[in-house]
Amino acid sequence: MSASPLIEIRDLRIRFHGDDGRITHAVDSVDLSVANGATLGLVGESGCGKSVTSLAIMGLLPKQSAEISGAIRFDGLDLLQTPDQTLRDLRGNRLAMIFQEPMTSLNPSFTIGDQIIETILRHRGGSRKSARERAVELLRRVHIPSPERRIDEYPHKLSGGMRQRVMIAMALACDPRLLIADEPTTALDVTLQAQILELMRELKAASGAAIILITHDLGVVAEVCDEVAVMYAGEIVERAPVDELFSAPQHPYTVGLLGSIPRLDHRAEQLATIEGMVPNMAQPPAGCRFAARCPFVLEACTAAPPPLVEVSAGHLSRCIRAPLERLVS
Amino acid sequence: MTALLEVNGLVKHFVAERSLFGRPVAHVKAVDGVSFSLEAGKTLALVGESGCGKSTVSRLVLRLIEPDAGTVRFAGRDLLALDAGGLRKFRREAQIIFQDPYASLNPRMTVGQILTEPLALHDLVPPAQRRARVAEILRLVGLEPRLARRYPHEFSGGQRQRIAIARALAVEPKLIICDEPVSALDVSIRSQILNLLRELQDRLGLAYIFVSHDLAVVKHIADHVAVMNLGQIVETAEADALFAAPGHPYSRALLSAIPVPKPQAKRSRIVLQGEIPSALNPPPGCRFHTRCPYVIDRCRSEMPQLVPDGIGHATACHRTSELPSSAAIVPSDGGFSPVLEKLVAAFSSGPEAVRGGGV
Repeated sequence: MSASPLIEIRDLRIRFHGDDGRITHAVDSVDLSVANGATLGLVGESGCGKSVTSLAIMGLLPKQSAEISGAIRFDGLDLLQTPDQTLRDLRGNRLAMIFQEPMTSLNPSFTIGDQIIETILRHRGGSRKSARERAVELLRRVHIPSPERRIDEYPHKLSGGMRQRVMIAMALACDPRLLIADEPTTALDVTLQAQILELMRELKAASGAAIILITHDLGVVAEVCDEVAVMYAGEIVERAPVDELFSAPQHPYTVGLLGSIPRLDHRAEQLATIEGMVPNMAQPPAGCRFAARCPFVLEACTAAPPPLVEVSAGHLSRCIRAPLERLVS
Repeated sequence: MTALLEVNGLVKHFVAERSLFGRPVAHVKAVDGVSFSLEAGKTLALVGESGCGKSTVSRLVLRLIEPDAGTVRFAGRDLLALDAGGLRKFRREAQIIFQDPYASLNPRMTVGQILTEPLALHDLVPPAQRRARVAEILRLVGLEPRLARRYPHEFSGGQRQRIAIARALAVEPKLIICDEPVSALDVSIRSQILNLLRELQDRLGLAYIFVSHDLAVVKHIADHVAVMNLGQIVETAEADALFAAPGHPYSRALLSAIPVPKPQAKRSRIVLQGEIPSALNPPPGCRFHTRCPYVIDRCRSEMPQLVPDGIGHATACHRTSELPSSAAIVPSDGGFSPVLEKLVAAFSSGPEAVRGGGV
């Protein structure tokens, strides 16, 4: 790990206040950091808080209903204390995001060229002509064929894979230091997915940007991430270098996740399942949030919330039974 | 032994554009000469990229849409010759489960009503016994009978997919078409539904046509796989044979791209260049030739036929015999590490398996 990370999140907590007065604990005491040039995978199932965390980094959560505390340090700034004007200068510039839905995140009434050029002019200034040249160059970099012609097309003329590449080109327009990709390949066919992952690897090698990749696909994580954080019910339950997470996970939830995906080389009659349901986040359980679904549960698990402790160098687990090898040896 | 389902030369072209006078001027060749067969109790997976025609095939097989040409025989009967009454009887024997369990259940009906409807429509169970039968079906898919009084919105995605499966099972079909049944679900829920589908197949002898773009899931569940590209089957084989050594260049590219949950997995990924040609105007000759790394002149003019190799592995490629070995194409995930193997086993068998015991 490098001495000073590019982005460092400390004790991030996010609560949503509903109209009916209910408070949802979406994210609780999340600590994360990503070094320059590294890729962090943020993994978990629907509603675990991974997308909300990324929206908090981007400053895109609604101010009226979201109560945010903690610190998000990026490049010498605390993003949570930064005025809106400064955030607007950062977004699309040094901080960029790729969303999951390329169909809905492009504006249908402007050409893709207009949308990329707008970003460049907003942050870099210069002439429209030079911005257009840069846009063509960006489209070429994400392997869009005949970009000089494509740049004047509207989003509906492009296939899903092409639109996703346009989104990536737009995110890269100002050479971001941090790129957040929220399920960038989920809506795509496996052949396109391969192209996009290849592209992300190329870009990381070329620009040295840090990437936070949000996904529920553990295959994708294994391919592109250096480090992984697993989230469950608003908390990080495990953080580890990617190799270790896949060979010796230290949280029962991670074990369940890894056991539930079909393997190519391991023909199991039955896949592992995680019984039960995610807890109601309006009233999170007092102890471990996974306790009700955990086959390794002890009485102590439900008494107090377990801390995130280091099991081995760089490998953290929020489970009092870790290291889990002890349970099966 | 005759197959449960035999499909021959199936063709479906949709009209994409009409002239001023209503004459069709452009067609989407969604399905163009598809043949396969499926035995009772087995699973055939249809795989391919979006727009390759896999969902259209599944609807043609059920005669939810009418084919332009070809035959479909189900248990020896010609489906396309059936009249309304015959078709209704056929619907008892073949059912479908859709991808989106939020859209496929009527929000105004309770689960009990949803499950009673097919029983009443086909007059399968006398009214007095319907409630008991609904309870039985719910238990079959792992839901408690008391849930019959609830509405779909009260259930999670995984539970709703169980209800959709229960509805399909209500008429005791022989064939269920599963159109991306787990794509909308979270991984842990996905494994529950996959386990359930498999268990039901063993218990009830169901045949499945499984439409999916998730190839690891396909490897897990299918006996046979047909790979489709632009309305045609380019390769068909036993699942194990296909994943061991895919023949067609398109299958090679598809299987080489599977992301596997193993860091630093060895792979020889083939990243396809170029866009998928439009089904409106498929290229002449082999429909894959615009993206194929092994293309020769013959591929541009002459359409290859599916040629079986004698052990049921058929490939539609002019160059099948000349292509390099594909043995290392499919990435290896190495299965579980020894520690993970034990942990997953302990996780699945519950507290008793763990040293130190549970609560």
